Amino acid sequence: MIEFFTTTTLGQGLLIIGQILLIIVPLLVALAFLMLADRKIWAAVQLRKGPNVVGAFGLLQSFADFIKYIVKEIVYPAGADKVVFLLAPMISLVMALIAWAVIPFNDGWVLSDINVAILYVFAVSSLEVYGVIMGGWASNSKYPFLGSLRSAAQMISYEVSIGLIIIGIILSTGSMNFGDIVRAQDGDYGLFSWYWLPHFPMLILFFTSALAETNRPPFDLPEAESELVAGYQVEYSSTPFLLFMIGELVAVVLMCALVSLLFFGGWLSPIPGLPDGILWMVIKMLLAFFVFALIKAITPRYRYDQLMRVGWKVFLPMSLAWVVLVAFLAKFELFGGAYARWAIGG
Amino acid sequence: MSIAALCFYLFAICVIAGGLFTVISRNPVHSVLWLILAFLSSAGLFVLLGAEFVAMLLIIVYVGAVAVLFLFVVMMLDIDFAELKAGMAQYMPIALLIGVVLLMQFGMAFGVWQASEQAEALRGAVTPTDMHNTAALGVLIYDKYFLLFQLAGLILLVAMIGAITLTVRHRKNIKRQDVLQQMWRDPATAMELKDVKPGQGL
Repeated sequence: MIEFFTTTTLGQGLLIIGQILLIIVPLLVALAFLMLADRKIWAAVQLRKGPNVVGAFGLLQSFADFIKYIVKEIVYPAGADKVVFLLAPMISLVMALIAWAVIPFNDGWVLSDINVAILYVFAVSSLEVYGVIMGGWASNSKYPFLGSLRSAAQMISYEVSIGLIIIGIILSTGSMNFGDIVRAQDGDYGLFSWYWLPHFPMLILFFTSALAETNRPPFDLPEAESELVAGYQVEYSSTPFLLFMIGELVAVVLMCALVSLLFFGGWLSPIPGLPDGILWMVIKMLLAFFVFALIKAITPRYRYDQLMRVGWKVFLPMSLAWVVLVAFLAKFELFGGAYARWAIGG
Repeated sequence: MSIAALCFYLFAICVIAGGLFTVISRNPVHSVLWLILAFLSSAGLFVLLGAEFVAMLLIIVYVGAVAVLFLFVVMMLDIDFAELKAGMAQYMPIALLIGVVLLMQFGMAFGVWQASEQAEALRGAVTPTDMHNTAALGVLIYDKYFLLFQLAGLILLVAMIGAITLTVRHRKNIKRQDVLQQMWRDPATAMELKDVKPGQGL
């Protein structure tokens, strides 16, 4: 039986499909509750109750929404490019999902343990912009088009600073593999060994860039309700709209996973002595998501020129300077080698 | 057939189909989308060759940045491509002639091509066996050919400055947002509170 799954082509294929399902199914189920948590946190900040009708405390609200979306009718705008119109939400969801192939949840618990994992995530997240652009263009309508143009510029701008921040982490670790990056953060001081301390300024920059990259408030300009109605999603209804929504939220959760892997030691336990494990990873991701949801509730939307200014004139020079600084600190192994953990990573 | 071979044929077919449809699609936006498919599939071919770093860079640079800007420009253009292609039948024979001649020249060139037995050993950069190819690329670029790398960067810088100088246009009479000035605005100087009496107005 074991030989079947390790030696034959069919067996290997089945094994990989099984592993993929093992990641995607819990992720999507968790997503239903994260979406509810997002709305509940938002409501709590505004002293509302939030969804509380479907199921106890509104726990089944997301499932009700799900059924509502898929039984509605798909409306095609007049003159829309039907193929691209339907392709856009699919790309949006697929790109958000395939990035999870390289995310480790525990030591060795990863679908594909490749040595350029972090570049892979970066590449995939740079592809997410296509869902937005194609959706906006194929709708053959002005608001979606404006929204998609904004979004293209925004996502490209913030990718640049995310890339530079990631380079700082790679320099410190000497490897692009997520497993190596997390193991390099393992130390005698528990949570003070993690990268958030030596790379603290970049943590804030990364988090803000992640907000912009995933089109979350305060940078949700592509869908700014007050001016563009809902940007590239205006003409979408039913399942395609649902795919856009899920894709967006999966991208947000992916960013939570990235924050916890790059800066908060992934599956490592914060207190020396306690066992490491997937539980810590989940807790860190949930905390990151809580901050994401809180930021959505408490910040006003940025103006477009402010967004671009922050991206190009503040974040880019800062992250570039940080790369130079980290390269210097790592080369000469200053601060007790906190910036040069090549022995563990590389 | 192994999974790798299956993937190779899949990617290869996608590259060829992508390239073909880039040329023949009527809608320019569709052309760019097909081009993106060709890029992605060739990245897949690179992965199969074991050059995963190059594959990821191909996606990040070409698909994530260059093709987005392509798409951006093509979407904004309002050109009637049917009109542009109207003369196609007229120029078809000469285009075919040039194509056939080129193909024959390539055929002749590659027909007599013979790699020397020492060619592998004579290569400047032999694939190292003791490290990942990402690290090997790093050693080559940043240690061995550092000066050439810097020169390439300098050329790019010159090109960038050239592009900016050609396109930048300082317009005097438009309103600009000065964020620092906006932030430092003081309510005491920006606002005036007036006690308006009923029925009188200001």
